[in-house]
Amino acid sequence: MTYDVAIIGAGIVGCFLARELSQYNLNVIVLEKDNDVGNEASMANSAIVHSGYDPIENTLKAKLNVLGNAMFDKICEELDVKFSRIGSLTLAFNEKEVETLKMLQQRAFNNGVDVEILTYEQIKQIEPFVNENVKAGLYAKTAGIVDPFNLCIHAMENAIDNGVTLILNENINKIIKENDLFILNNKYQSKVVINCAGINADEINNLVNKETFKIISRKGQYYVLNHFKDEFVKHTLFMVPSDKGKGVLISPTTSGNYLIGPSAEETNKFSKSTDLKTLDEVAKQANLMVDKIPYYQTIRTFAGLRATPSTHDFIIQESDTKNFINVAGIESPGLTSSPAIAKMVVEEIISKMLPLTKKENYNPKIKKYIKIKELTLDEKKKMFAIDKDYGTIICKCEQVSLGEIKDCLSRSCPPHSIKALKKRLRVGFGKCQGGMCQAEALSVLAKFYKVDKKDIMYDNLNSYILYSKTKGEN
Amino acid sequence: MQEYEVVVIGGGSAGLAAALSAYENGLNKILIIEKNSSLGGILNQCIHTGFGIHVFNEQLSGPEYAQRFIDKLDNTSIEIKLNSYVTKIDKDKTIYYSNDAEGFQVIKAKSIIMATGCIERTPGAIKLEGERLSGILTAGLAQRYLNIEGYLVGKKVFILGSGDIGLIMARRMTLEGAKVLGVAEIMPYSNGLRRNIAQCLEDFNIPLYLSHTVKEVKGKDHVEQVVICQVDENKNYILGSEKTFDVDTLILSVGLLPYNNVLEDLGVQMSSTKGAVVDENYQTSIEGIFACGNALHVHDLVDYVTKEAMQAGLGASRYVKGLLKHGKYIETKNKNGINYVVPQKFCLQNIDKEIMFKFRVTKPFQNVKILIQDGDRTIKSIKKMFLLPSEMENISLNLSELKDCKSLSIEIMED
Ligand SMILES: Cc1cc2nc3c(=O)[nH]c(=O)nc-3n(C[C@H](O)[C@H](O)[C@H](O)COP(=O)(O)OP(=O)(O)OC[C@H]3O[C@@H](n4cnc5c(N)ncnc54)[C@H](O)[C@@H]3O)c2cc1C
Ligand SMILES: Cc1cc2nc3c(=O)[nH]c(=O)nc-3n(C[C@H](O)[C@H](O)[C@H](O)COP(=O)(O)OP(=O)(O)OC[C@H]3O[C@@H](n4cnc5c(N)ncnc54)[C@H](O)[C@@H]3O)c2cc1C
Repeated sequence: MTYDVAIIGAGIVGCFLARELSQYNLNVIVLEKDNDVGNEASMANSAIVHSGYDPIENTLKAKLNVLGNAMFDKICEELDVKFSRIGSLTLAFNEKEVETLKMLQQRAFNNGVDVEILTYEQIKQIEPFVNENVKAGLYAKTAGIVDPFNLCIHAMENAIDNGVTLILNENINKIIKENDLFILNNKYQSKVVINCAGINADEINNLVNKETFKIISRKGQYYVLNHFKDEFVKHTLFMVPSDKGKGVLISPTTSGNYLIGPSAEETNKFSKSTDLKTLDEVAKQANLMVDKIPYYQTIRTFAGLRATPSTHDFIIQESDTKNFINVAGIESPGLTSSPAIAKMVVEEIISKMLPLTKKENYNPKIKKYIKIKELTLDEKKKMFAIDKDYGTIICKCEQVSLGEIKDCLSRSCPPHSIKALKKRLRVGFGKCQGGMCQAEALSVLAKFYKVDKKDIMYDNLNSYILYSKTKGEN
Repeated sequence: MQEYEVVVIGGGSAGLAAALSAYENGLNKILIIEKNSSLGGILNQCIHTGFGIHVFNEQLSGPEYAQRFIDKLDNTSIEIKLNSYVTKIDKDKTIYYSNDAEGFQVIKAKSIIMATGCIERTPGAIKLEGERLSGILTAGLAQRYLNIEGYLVGKKVFILGSGDIGLIMARRMTLEGAKVLGVAEIMPYSNGLRRNIAQCLEDFNIPLYLSHTVKEVKGKDHVEQVVICQVDENKNYILGSEKTFDVDTLILSVGLLPYNNVLEDLGVQMSSTKGAVVDENYQTSIEGIFACGNALHVHDLVDYVTKEAMQAGLGASRYVKGLLKHGKYIETKNKNGINYVVPQKFCLQNIDKEIMFKFRVTKPFQNVKILIQDGDRTIKSIKKMFLLPSEMENISLNLSELKDCKSLSIEIMED
């Protein structure tokens, strides 16, 4: 079969592109090297929907950030993704930084973003946890937080529901062009190719084009704190950017956890390792903003890789090769911009390559997910009447039931691995990190896919959990 | 709404003993709610022997030890709900649980005993350095995969932390044909029971690297290498001392933590052990709610769990019958060399004959005295050849020793 569009990479950009294209009468295929969608930068970031005061005027970053931010309420409603406009505060600690805030306020105005400079007293009113030496802060009400995992997953689920094909575990390493058609990995034929391979987008580009840009990998390390009962910060707290970089942030997440990070260091494109030295440095910086951070609540540390382009702005254009589109160098605020990027690519670039006619039966919504933990007792009882499996709690820390797991498995973008399940439902995401429930979750997956337990992977295809059956169990 | 005299949450060794004790002390409407499909808790995956030395004078396996208590339930009115998970309790002792038979249920209790056990500290909690890979897992999970599910998690194994479960797993995996290349312990002493070091490591020539920790984990999708490094007194790496092991598995045995999400949500006062603050009857800061076993503080021997839980069961029965007195609490203080003491407070009027204090030392000691004092008055002084943080100590004091007691402190006296 010949596809109209082949999308390389199912990060947030690939997922929103797939969804955007799924409204039209087109055959679309998504090719992803990993065992799940949203498995690279799109799952290891700060999860902030930036307001848009920060990117330099008249860049694609500035334009798409502001456009993207405005799209989140509707998209998250349609895709049943947690999103909340909690607002951000960029904190200044001295006069020089206050000057920078004023510059940023002007930039915000130029970018069309509503911000306000608050005094320490005003900040203390809305965010009592900040340190006393804060001089002022730039308050951006439209900034928000989002669940980045399910943003990708649900966008892809919706795209698949509307006819898109997703192929996982397909690492693209060969593209040839023959008679106006691209052939990828000798298997997939397509009229148009979109390269949104994140950190590898330069390599994918180089399969068909001369090298025109490079992607540099910059690592960011974080602490994740557990959700806890006591009060803690309610806004995303940023430091004033300086020549040393953007600095770290402290932010609640949509699941009630807290993120502290990221660091910024150049690395190779493979390593997502964390190290204590860098994390100590992150903590030191974060403590400047809030000195009472409960680090003992740390349940995890992790790292994400920024795909920093040599051109310093998003690269969104048709390449030298006709019908081959690069969507590359999508670093922060890429998550925020992604829906606007998808719209731009389809309306401004693809519309000139392919006829776009709308599908009659396109549905922008996915079926709502049941979250037992969030229901009232009566609602829980109703769900139990529909399916008894809602009564069996598998993940204790996050209170996720067997019924929810089964529903998730029945969806069009289902989890194949322990990690994919964790990203979708938070099974094993809590305090015990799966120590108590991983064995049960693994059994559920094995039963559903009718395979031996040892064939259930933690993440990608070589990431086995169980090595072999024991002597007695053959 | 169903009302019970006592609802025990968790059916491990603590929950079983607590329920039986409440029954033997005259309560009739007793319910045990257990998440798993069988009673016994963590004992079910401990197929090694070494349980019951103090309670039964025998060396039983974990499941055998549990069975002794499960058998006793037969002749009682104690009700059991399996596959049932308690998600919430309210201050008025309303309990919310669910299972696949009855769905979402709400019941009332006059008293509650929390016996929910513990969890293992995770790679995230210790901020393990290196890549996030499959093949890194906690010892208890590896034990469950092996002893309950019948799967080995790897063939070439390194172990971080000398906690007992890790030691037991070193032997168990070796017997299953895996090669355990070593155990690294960040402290200059082991954190497991002495008998486990001898029987699980020494007998199998598995090296124990004291003052060492894992500095890096390498691999692509699965663990391929573990790099360990020696540390100084401040736990800083001594660079140049790195050793690399080609392994497919890194097992963590870096400590256990009482699991009390329900109690924490309820707002019960918690202590440094991550368990509740309790009194002589193991009653928490909310009257009528009791806690015992690993949910209160981590035990190394099941026998002491059983004894503690029996006291909690007795306490609950007295509470229900209105026999607990509201006297003045005396605080127990941990001083020099003592990490924590349980119970954290006691009321003399509620002690029959004696009270047992349980505690751990902060570091190993040799030839020292344990000093128990009421202000300047020494109540008891006990000579000890060895004291290890991995081995819980206990001391009983009788009422006559506590006469007129105003405060109580426990400390280590070094010569
Ligand atoms: C530390 C950090 C913090 C950030 N914080 C924020 C924030 O708070 N707010 C915000 O808006 N943005 C943030 N960002 C930016 C945001 O995360 C990214 O812009 C966004 O996730 C990029 O999405 P993507 O789809 O381009 O890339 P990715 O998510 O990396 O997706 C690329 C996909 O391509 C696949 N792929 C790669 N090579 C191949 C191949 N050869 N064949 C097939 N598939 C391939 C990958 O497996 C991957 O799934 C942050 C980024 C980082 C790293
Ligand atoms: C691996 C290991 C090896 C050991 N080896 C030895 C040994 O050799 N000798 C020895 O004497 N001692 C040993 N011990 C110590 C001793 O066995 C344990 O400390 C003791 O069994 C703990 O009992 P417990 O009832 O407190 O906890 P658990 O056995 O953990 O029981 C807690 C129970 O509560 C249930 N539960 C938790 N939350 C809920 C909820 N919300 N709703 C319903 N149910 C819930 C759980 O499912 C579980 O069954 C070992 C311990 C471990 C962990």
